[in-house]
Amino acid sequence: MGSQEKKQGKKELDIIGRIPNWGWLLISFLTAMVLWFWLSINETTARSFPFVPEVFASLQTMIQRGVLWQDFSSSMISVILGFALGFVTSVPVAFLMAWYRPVRYVVEPWIQFIRNIPPLAYVPLVVISAGVGRKPQVIVIWMATFLIMTVTIYQGVRNVDNTLIKAARVLGAKDKDIFIKVIFPATTPFIVTAVRLGVSVALTTLIAAESTGAIAGLGMRIRSLNNSFEVAPMLLYIIIIGIIGITSEKIIKYLERKFTGWQETRNE
Amino acid sequence: MAGDEKRVKVKIDHVEKIYEGRQGKMIALNGVDLDIMENEFICVVGPSGCGKSTLLNIIAGLLEPTSGSVYVDGKKVEGTGTERGVVFQQYALFPWLTVLKNVMFGLKLKGMNDAEAKELAMKYIKMVELEDFVDAYPKELSGGMKQRVAIARAYAVQPEVLLMDEPFGALDAQTRTQLQSELIKTWQEEKKTCFFITHDVEEAIILATKVIIMSARPGRIKKIVDINLPYPRTQEMKMELPFLDYKSYIWGEVYKEYLEIRK
Repeated sequence: MGSQEKKQGKKELDIIGRIPNWGWLLISFLTAMVLWFWLSINETTARSFPFVPEVFASLQTMIQRGVLWQDFSSSMISVILGFALGFVTSVPVAFLMAWYRPVRYVVEPWIQFIRNIPPLAYVPLVVISAGVGRKPQVIVIWMATFLIMTVTIYQGVRNVDNTLIKAARVLGAKDKDIFIKVIFPATTPFIVTAVRLGVSVALTTLIAAESTGAIAGLGMRIRSLNNSFEVAPMLLYIIIIGIIGITSEKIIKYLERKFTGWQETRNE
Repeated sequence: MAGDEKRVKVKIDHVEKIYEGRQGKMIALNGVDLDIMENEFICVVGPSGCGKSTLLNIIAGLLEPTSGSVYVDGKKVEGTGTERGVVFQQYALFPWLTVLKNVMFGLKLKGMNDAEAKELAMKYIKMVELEDFVDAYPKELSGGMKQRVAIARAYAVQPEVLLMDEPFGALDAQTRTQLQSELIKTWQEEKKTCFFITHDVEEAIILATKVIIMSARPGRIKKIVDINLPYPRTQEMKMELPFLDYKSYIWGEVYKEYLEIRK
């Protein structure tokens, strides 16, 4: 009996394994569509979830109003600038924290303190000093991405295997060589993870960043559509943010394979 | 002939290492004196906690002794130096570099250009018979292969003294005996002064010209045993009488130390 049960279990596994990845993706997509459809006909949720045709129609409306491209490019500029600033500043700060204890002891508590404050809370303060327009948006995204990326990269530097440093030293490496040829490459997997988290945080901070009196932007538009109860385009914009997220994730995956393919992975 | 004269390569001069922890002082090494002759193959055995790794790290220049000093060719050891190579138990290969690049690592630091470094690295990769794996990353290699790369990498910078900290400790018995034979062969081809730590008595006897038995707490040298077995040594020797005599004697001495610790 026991062996028969095992056999059945194996058969089931085989079916799961035989469906290719794209097949699963299709199943996942179709299930989501069914769920969406159900939400669109269910009495309590119908008003928040118009179905595909309406959302699709709103795409045309937004293009006709001439705002879609404007919103998209404005948001992308803020996200890319904020993220880029966050990245270039977090790398040196993370390495300094890991390298020099005084820097770590002084800076780490600040980072831990600010990290858990929702960006929306300090947006007004940023606006008071930076004014309205592009500047406060970039600053808010920069702060949020800087914090998460610094913490991640710092952990990576501290995790570098000490035997590798010893091995480099006995092969004649000086401090400078150890930094460039050991610490830095050993940290790349964490840097890639930091980039992934940073991009995600940049997108999730977008709404807060664009509540600074922005004149265009995906986040700003969602808020303004809320005022006029236009649900379909709101949903459309939410989906667009999701698509941007998934696309950037794919790009990062590619970078990951390229730069950290040497890593030992637990499951193939 | 002057060349035949035995010359002291490494002089360990009353080395002491004391760790100060929360529970007070721990004497890891209690005044160790040892002269290692040129081209000697020293194996150090002893119970864990006898300070053998500490001693190796001090010779390598990775640790500083609390008192006493180590001299290589009469020059006091201060920090690491490429005349002393190290092979670690955990292989310590750079996972982001291929086999070839790992072996070239020390050569590039010496200022060699790519072509020179590659040529020399290839020589040592061939020595450990990994020429088919030059472009492989460490994750694609077995434990034995990884350790071969580490040995090639240490040899490539042409150190005069080779320090090995239980290099075969993490390998299975079969790979271990194979690497032992290879190491003996390599040592005969390219004589180096070797300082090899192990807790495997058989391994010590099959490799060494001299076995050092250390005692624990505090760590010091208890006995030095000359191994008068001819080279090339073969695994068959392990079944023959002189080897077995050495084994029972050394094993007995080490075992006494274990009992001492458990008291």
